[in-house]
Amino acid sequence: MSSPDFKQRIIDAISNPTLTGALGRFSVAYRTARAKAYEETDFEAVRDQIATIKSASADHFDEVAGRFQQAAEARGTKVFRTSDPQAVKDYILNLSRERGVKSIVKSKSMASEEIHLNQYLIDAGIAVQETDLGEWIIALAGQTPSHMVLPAIHMTKEEVADVFSNKVEEGQMPDIPKLVKFARAKLRPVFLGADMGISGANIAVAETGSIVIVTNEGNARLVTTLPKIHVAIVGLEKLVEKFQDIAPILTALPKSATAQLMTSYVSIISGPAPNTDGSPKELHIILMDNRRNDMAHDPKFKQALQCIRCASCLNVCPVFRLVGGHVFGKIYTGGIGTILTAWFDALKQSDEIQSLCIQCGNCNEVCPSKIDIAGLILELRRRLAVEQGQPLIQKAIFSVVNNRRVFHSMLRAASIGQAPFAREGYIRHLPLFLSDLTKSRSLPAIAAEPFRDRIKKIKQPKCAERAAFYGGCLVDFAYPEMGEALVKVLNKAGIEVTFPEGQTCCGAPARYSGAYEVAAQNAADNIQALLAEDVKYVVSACPTCTVALKQDFADSLDAVGRKNEVDTANKLAAKVIDFTSLVEQLVQAGRLKFKAGTPPVKFTYHDSCHYKRTLHADQSPRRLMQQAGHELVEMEEHDMCCGMGGSYTLKMPEISAPILERKLVNIENTGAPLLLIDCPGCVMQIRGGLDKRGSHVQVQHSVERLAECIE
Amino acid sequence: MNSVLQSSPLIDKFKLRLEAVGGRFEHVSGKEEALALVLDLLRQEGVADTAEDAAVWADGSLLTAENKERLAAAVPGIRFDVTRAQVAKAKVGISQLEWGLANTGTLVQAADAVDTRLVSSLPMLHIALAPTAGVLPDLPAVLEKVHPEKAAYLAFITGPSRTSDIERVLTIGVHGPERLIVILVDELEVAL
Repeated sequence: MSSPDFKQRIIDAISNPTLTGALGRFSVAYRTARAKAYEETDFEAVRDQIATIKSASADHFDEVAGRFQQAAEARGTKVFRTSDPQAVKDYILNLSRERGVKSIVKSKSMASEEIHLNQYLIDAGIAVQETDLGEWIIALAGQTPSHMVLPAIHMTKEEVADVFSNKVEEGQMPDIPKLVKFARAKLRPVFLGADMGISGANIAVAETGSIVIVTNEGNARLVTTLPKIHVAIVGLEKLVEKFQDIAPILTALPKSATAQLMTSYVSIISGPAPNTDGSPKELHIILMDNRRNDMAHDPKFKQALQCIRCASCLNVCPVFRLVGGHVFGKIYTGGIGTILTAWFDALKQSDEIQSLCIQCGNCNEVCPSKIDIAGLILELRRRLAVEQGQPLIQKAIFSVVNNRRVFHSMLRAASIGQAPFAREGYIRHLPLFLSDLTKSRSLPAIAAEPFRDRIKKIKQPKCAERAAFYGGCLVDFAYPEMGEALVKVLNKAGIEVTFPEGQTCCGAPARYSGAYEVAAQNAADNIQALLAEDVKYVVSACPTCTVALKQDFADSLDAVGRKNEVDTANKLAAKVIDFTSLVEQLVQAGRLKFKAGTPPVKFTYHDSCHYKRTLHADQSPRRLMQQAGHELVEMEEHDMCCGMGGSYTLKMPEISAPILERKLVNIENTGAPLLLIDCPGCVMQIRGGLDKRGSHVQVQHSVERLAECIE
Repeated sequence: MNSVLQSSPLIDKFKLRLEAVGGRFEHVSGKEEALALVLDLLRQEGVADTAEDAAVWADGSLLTAENKERLAAAVPGIRFDVTRAQVAKAKVGISQLEWGLANTGTLVQAADAVDTRLVSSLPMLHIALAPTAGVLPDLPAVLEKVHPEKAAYLAFITGPSRTSDIERVLTIGVHGPERLIVILVDELEVAL
């Protein structure tokens, strides 16, 4: 869990306008540029190919590495394979000593950073020079990379000029082209004088013993051409089997990394080419394991080896653009970095950084290697909770959540207890340690009468078709009016709604905190309650609950070894549908009609993370509202998380607040008087945020609007 | 000089993509025209017979003994003995490449010969000559044409050297050339 030091690093990062400004602008520009770069490419097809190719290598790394070695050695390359990072360092140092190497130039290699190679060689008296501009800048500044592809993105040109002036030559001006020319001029003699070049590799081909290196600056061409010795350090996960496998990776990498169709330079090296004096190059390739084989044998984490290090998961992450790479640690950063750190370093090293993930799933959508990054971070969370146990407070909360009667009676008690703070259905201030919760947004007051009581008073027609309503905590206890609207709409379609009393928390809060035992028990209780009724549909108006019912119940039960209950979980899943998708089906079937002559209203729509990226239901509400005569005005970043993330808003209020702030600005910029959302959690976050700002934008759940528009 | 240029949607696309990454596109029919164009360009660049103003020209099919003589006579400062020291100082590098990739504006070369890598890496201006018939649609197409057995060092060049490492501002000319001029020549044969 978060130490005060970690929290301080987060606060420092968020309050650094240079960092958040640069990352924020980049994330906006990247989104558009990436989409343009992929215009003529079938992204889904390419990522499928990459996932297949890389997963096939990870199935048998030792064998593929063996073939690589054979093919490379047949062409005169020396190949060294090791699982030990220290052996990599020793190999290079021994080689340097044998050949009298005094000066080394490097092009970017994350594998070398992973094993802290530079310092080792420098301590042994060898001059080591990073030549990638960003890497050179941060090396001079004594800092670590803030981004895997743009290591110095946190620095201004003024800071770069200061670093150059202080460390290289006085009098440098903050003029970017001049600073770049300065770097060229200063590094050129170093390239020409170096005895050894060290590079990484983006791909290693077993069939031909080839390595592929991409750069934009052209430094890798010089590193691999000018010195007489070239050493490439290659992580096992870079291996592919066939020469043709290069194509999909090289098609995706530049587009995903920097939104380029192709990087300026690609070198495919398949053996020693002549040196500038005519002698053959001495080419060494080090295949480094460092826990990659262990990872390949882990059924969950094997897929992380598909990563091609494009860093697109950083670029689309709502949290990364606020905190940058330094909060994550020294080498691998962002979503995939969290996972790699847990493996290449140690699981406990990911304890704090995994808590940064808000589980919005943006990263999964853009990953060219089709890695379930968000899912793997959740798995880290689960393993950490198993290994270290949950924090006491969390345990106490979940022991309550797991007991439906206690939980529900506490919520009822709270509706009375909140009286001093609640006005007009909102809680605007809370005392003491709870005050963070109401700093950036008002909270909804807990309803005096929960939906489970209200539904009993609704007179419903007797219908042949019945649906069970799964309310979820928020609709049940904060927004019972959403439940009433749902009943009204479904009744009009000739569907009677039941509310199985045994339903309890969907288990998402426990699951997203890694407490799978709790989540599994929640699943079992709900399955029993919901399958007891003879209904055609189980309908929910909360996407997180819908995902829980449809997917997570089976997974949580499976994860804790309750495998004989997975079948019933799937039986329930088959009946589950989210409310708005069901309405669209009913409209298409002619069972529901929109009122004629509804005055057209401009509306904007916020995509809730689970609704769009897990349920893929995001177009239904847009279509329905437009059929109802409303006019859609899309906001900027309409599918970016609102910062709610369930309990994230409680655990990371420092991060949640600025994410919400940005969302509110985007909403207000549309000028639309109405905002529609399909998730009661997002409604709570955004309605509360707009209320706190004194905004007049009306926020409704689609269910509320549909109840007004349907005949 | 009035011969008709080979044209195709592939070439149009190559031009579009090359220019999009800041490369300059030229297209000529005959070898003679190509050499004349290079000489024009070198004159415009002020190539002269000093180490700093020299143009270094890596070996290729255009450089017959007779042509070398003519070229050296036409513009003093053109050098065909490509040494590391020479190229490190030179103003312009000239080389022949084998293929183009239309969908990315990329040039591809089996660059085992170190001089072809030096002249396309070290000087500020790289003039690249390539056969028009060598323009292929995309990456998979060239990976089928070239096998590592025939090329220990396969080089791909897409526009000039660039960086966005300071404040994400695109800046051209870091460790490689600041400018790239590509001349497609219809009469040049594809090498492999």
